[in-house]
Amino acid sequence: MKNKLFKITEDRSQFPEKNADGKIDIDLSSHKYLKLWQGPQHPGITGNMALELTVLGDEVMHCETHVGYLHRGFEKLMERRKYIQCFPIVCRVAVPEPDFNEYCFASAMEELAGIEIPEMAKWLRTLVLEMSRLQSYLMWIGGQSGAFGSGIIGQWANYLRDLVLDRFEELTGGRIYHMYQLPGGVRGLLPDGFKERMEETLQTIEKFMGDIDKVMFNNAVFKKRSVGIGYIDPAWINKFGITGPNARAAGVAKDVRKDYPYLKYADLDFDAIVGKDSDIYTRADVRRKDLLLSIDLIRQIFAKMPEKGDIKAKTPNVLHWKVPKGETYSRAECTRGEYGYYMVSDGTEYPRRINVRGPSYTHAIALLEKMIINTNIADVAGLMVSLHTYPPEIER
Amino acid sequence: MKLKDILSPFTAWKHVVKEPVTIKDPQSREGAERYRGFHKNDIESCIGCGTCEDICQNEAIDLVPVDGIETKDGDSGLRPMIDYGRCCWCALCVDVCTTNSLSLSNHFTWVDEDPDAFRFIPGVDKKAWDNEEKGWKKPEPNYELYGTERVHMPELHAEDRDKSFIEFVTGYSKQQAEEEADRCVECGICTATCPAHMGIPEYIKAIRNDDLEEGLRILYETNPLPEICGRICTHKCEDVCSIGHKGDPLSIRWLKRYIADQNPSEKYKEILNAGNVENNGKKVAIIGSGPSGLSAAYYLALTGYDCTIYEKLPEAGGMMRYGIPEYRLPYDQIDKDINYILSLGVKIEYNVNIGTDITLDKLKSDYDAVFAGTGLHLGRSTRIPGSDHKDVFFATDLLREISLGKEIQVSEKIVVIGGGNVAMDITRSLARLQNNKFGKVDVTATSLESEDIMPADREEVVESREEKAIIDPGWGPTSIEIENDKIKGLHVQKCLSVFDESGRFSPKFDEKDTKFFEADMIVESIGQGMDIEYINPETRDQIEFDPRGRIVVDEYFQTGAKWLFIGGDIIQGPDVIHGIANGHKAAIGIDKFINQDG
Ligand SMILES: Cc1cc2nc3c(=O)[nH]c(=O)nc-3n(C[C@H](O)[C@H](O)[C@H](O)COP(=O)(O)OP(=O)(O)OC[C@H]3O[C@@H](n4cnc5c(N)ncnc54)[C@H](O)[C@@H]3O)c2cc1C
Ligand code: SF4
Ligand code: SF4
Repeated sequence: MKNKLFKITEDRSQFPEKNADGKIDIDLSSHKYLKLWQGPQHPGITGNMALELTVLGDEVMHCETHVGYLHRGFEKLMERRKYIQCFPIVCRVAVPEPDFNEYCFASAMEELAGIEIPEMAKWLRTLVLEMSRLQSYLMWIGGQSGAFGSGIIGQWANYLRDLVLDRFEELTGGRIYHMYQLPGGVRGLLPDGFKERMEETLQTIEKFMGDIDKVMFNNAVFKKRSVGIGYIDPAWINKFGITGPNARAAGVAKDVRKDYPYLKYADLDFDAIVGKDSDIYTRADVRRKDLLLSIDLIRQIFAKMPEKGDIKAKTPNVLHWKVPKGETYSRAECTRGEYGYYMVSDGTEYPRRINVRGPSYTHAIALLEKMIINTNIADVAGLMVSLHTYPPEIER
Repeated sequence: MKLKDILSPFTAWKHVVKEPVTIKDPQSREGAERYRGFHKNDIESCIGCGTCEDICQNEAIDLVPVDGIETKDGDSGLRPMIDYGRCCWCALCVDVCTTNSLSLSNHFTWVDEDPDAFRFIPGVDKKAWDNEEKGWKKPEPNYELYGTERVHMPELHAEDRDKSFIEFVTGYSKQQAEEEADRCVECGICTATCPAHMGIPEYIKAIRNDDLEEGLRILYETNPLPEICGRICTHKCEDVCSIGHKGDPLSIRWLKRYIADQNPSEKYKEILNAGNVENNGKKVAIIGSGPSGLSAAYYLALTGYDCTIYEKLPEAGGMMRYGIPEYRLPYDQIDKDINYILSLGVKIEYNVNIGTDITLDKLKSDYDAVFAGTGLHLGRSTRIPGSDHKDVFFATDLLREISLGKEIQVSEKIVVIGGGNVAMDITRSLARLQNNKFGKVDVTATSLESEDIMPADREEVVESREEKAIIDPGWGPTSIEIENDKIKGLHVQKCLSVFDESGRFSPKFDEKDTKFFEADMIVESIGQGMDIEYINPETRDQIEFDPRGRIVVDEYFQTGAKWLFIGGDIIQGPDVIHGIANGHKAAIGIDKFINQDG
């Protein structure tokens, strides 16, 4: 224990030689290797999925990801639901960030149907998307520090997230599944005094973020375990379809809010947050700054949004809304990157095909399998959380 | 590694002296004002339309019968039962509820050891949150999941219609009809109320699908006079349409007209797949070519019966042709419906008065059964002094003469007594004739009922006024003043109330509050009576009459004289759709009767 905190010496003399293609031959019968399952139930996994690890000593030699534990068949289910009946389903595709699903689903439908939603609804949607980002990062930050052994951040962050959920409850009537962005608009104006209570919440979060800065980011243990570890090469970004903070921490300024401004983002003043070093620490820092940016954006939204206005456009009767034939892809920047809905309508009352692009699909499977090689077993959880993945959006 | 990075994490210790952030007893925490908690239902305003059940993607809602709630017009008698094993509290049921009766309270904890307890009927099974004000309600304003405003029906302006009898409602375009059809929630409350139980949501759906041939097939399943009903039906369906609870009811009548209008008569046989019926060798005589007679003939002909209608007037249609004015129901549209029925082999003998030209006995012996739908054609008089003057007319007589193409007496100042639709019809017809003859309108309609309870449709009153007729309701006629054998006008007194507490007709007047309407011609339009002289005493003896002198029939409109079926205005209504429904039911009854006999 003693020196390890500050100095790790590597002895790789026992390790197998790499082949010409950079891979190693794993011969399980040699008894040098051990198969280890992390998941599907494991606190270090961000949901139900499994990593089948082949380790040598305490180092990962090979990893195969297994998903399917959470498959609920949402996409297929939606083909047998009227559009309005998909609305309460979509939020459940990704538990921690239901709102991006609601937004992408609704906006895809609106685009196909040629419906322009009222200004007020656009502002309110922008607001809930930022609120959602805020609470999602708060959930992540607890996980990230927890994966490296610090429980306290999770305690604080959960409390802070609950405050945001309180605001969600006031605005949307629900804490987790908001079911607020209905095709055509939203389901309610800001309640009286909402802005003031939200401001109070934002200030509390800011205060705690100061503490978190000290306890997590200026922490020798956290730095030791995150700096220089889990490197993503900028060259991989497009190859693997890496988006969001994972890309931005590698210096690639990918942010749907900036690249393809939707809702009211063009009216908000901000820059995409980027980092340089592309390791676990940098990704965490990019997310921390993005969280603070959300706070700033919420304040901007409050300052710029109108006081009154319609919340919903006139739509066809939702009970038999036939969305015009066509296909479209609608996207938004969630905390994990580009969230998207590909929607195909054959002109009937039922969607022909809906495909959800959850950013975790690329991050938690192809990318993770590549990055995890030669990682210390103890760092696997921290690495996975640093990619900020949610198995539920991998399997829709 | 900086020293700061080792020391700074210890700042976490400051939280040791702070209050914990966790809520100790989340059970007592109140849900937000808008929280989507447990269901409430205002059982009095809920109509059991089942729209909530329809939208629920979890099938958590089931409409079930409830003790003490009766099925009635506009209320299915069912109420939603919610299963919390399925519900996801999306509150779409609340947003879609046609009456706004359904809402969610902000309660969210419920502990019970019986798992079945979580399936309950809100509003019926009493719950702690029933009176909770807070919770989710349908967002306001301008938030609707379907259109609540009716697509306006294009009409001719008053100045373009007040001189002629051309039809002034011009009909929906395709786009308008589809937009209007889109508003339907397919609850079927209308079907239950429609006397003919027409497949309303189904034909409205056919409009949405732009399958008007299917629409026509659905119409003819229950109604062989769709052009007519699409124009002048009393639309009981619209009165109960669930959308009417928070907006305008569907224009069901105009949508029906749209389907009929869009299908050309030449294609009817092909669309309705008619013409392959084999004659079953049985014969049925029908007296009267009003809607009940025509409907009976149509459904009998479809079943293979040889039907002959006897009509005392020169053309078919009964009151639809000889009562309802042409500007509301053009003759060519009547012909379109009737000609199709005749094309199926139904015969009509015109200008034959049963009772005088041919006796009922003769029909009895020549046919296997007889259906009579002879309507109410005897005008009723107020019997006030002066009402026997030659310039006092019955509305129905005048309307018939107009339809027959005869010139009727039109004076410069006319008063119509009556506040129903027939009174409005004669008022507006006379206004047109006055306009043509004198270049101005001076006709006043006055009724016992005050404006708010006048039996005429609101739009009739409004349109009459647009055409410059005067509607002055709330007066009871007392006498007609006559000088030198010429009518001078009508004396009336204020009517305070028309019905007594038990709802019986018993008008009360203020004798001091009187008025005099100047007029040189007076029209009475206070109802019609039946003329069943053609039923001979022997048959009459077999028929049962109720204490008020009305003929008693069974559910198939069969009288005590088993071979004689009677329907239409004499039995029910009075309106066209009841006649159609009666005729259809009687056709089924006649088929049963003949088959049992033979
Ligand atoms: C002015 C007016 C406006 C109306 N407006 C509407 C409206 O907008 N909507 C609506 O739904 N209803 C309306 N009605 C009512 C509707 O017209 C009647 O309810 C309906 O026509 C009644 O149908 P029926 O089959 O009972 O007989 P009728 O339509 O009255 O037809 C009876 C037929 O039998 C014939 N007949 C009678 N006795 C004999 C006999 N002895 N021998 C041979 N033939 C005989 C008559 O000549 C007549 O053709 C209106 C009625 C009037 C008078
Ligand atoms: S939608 Fe409303 S009115 Fe209709 S059954 Fe449900 S609760 Fe009752
Ligand atoms: S027309 Fe009205 S009452 Fe009839 S099914 Fe449609 S919504 Fe219901």
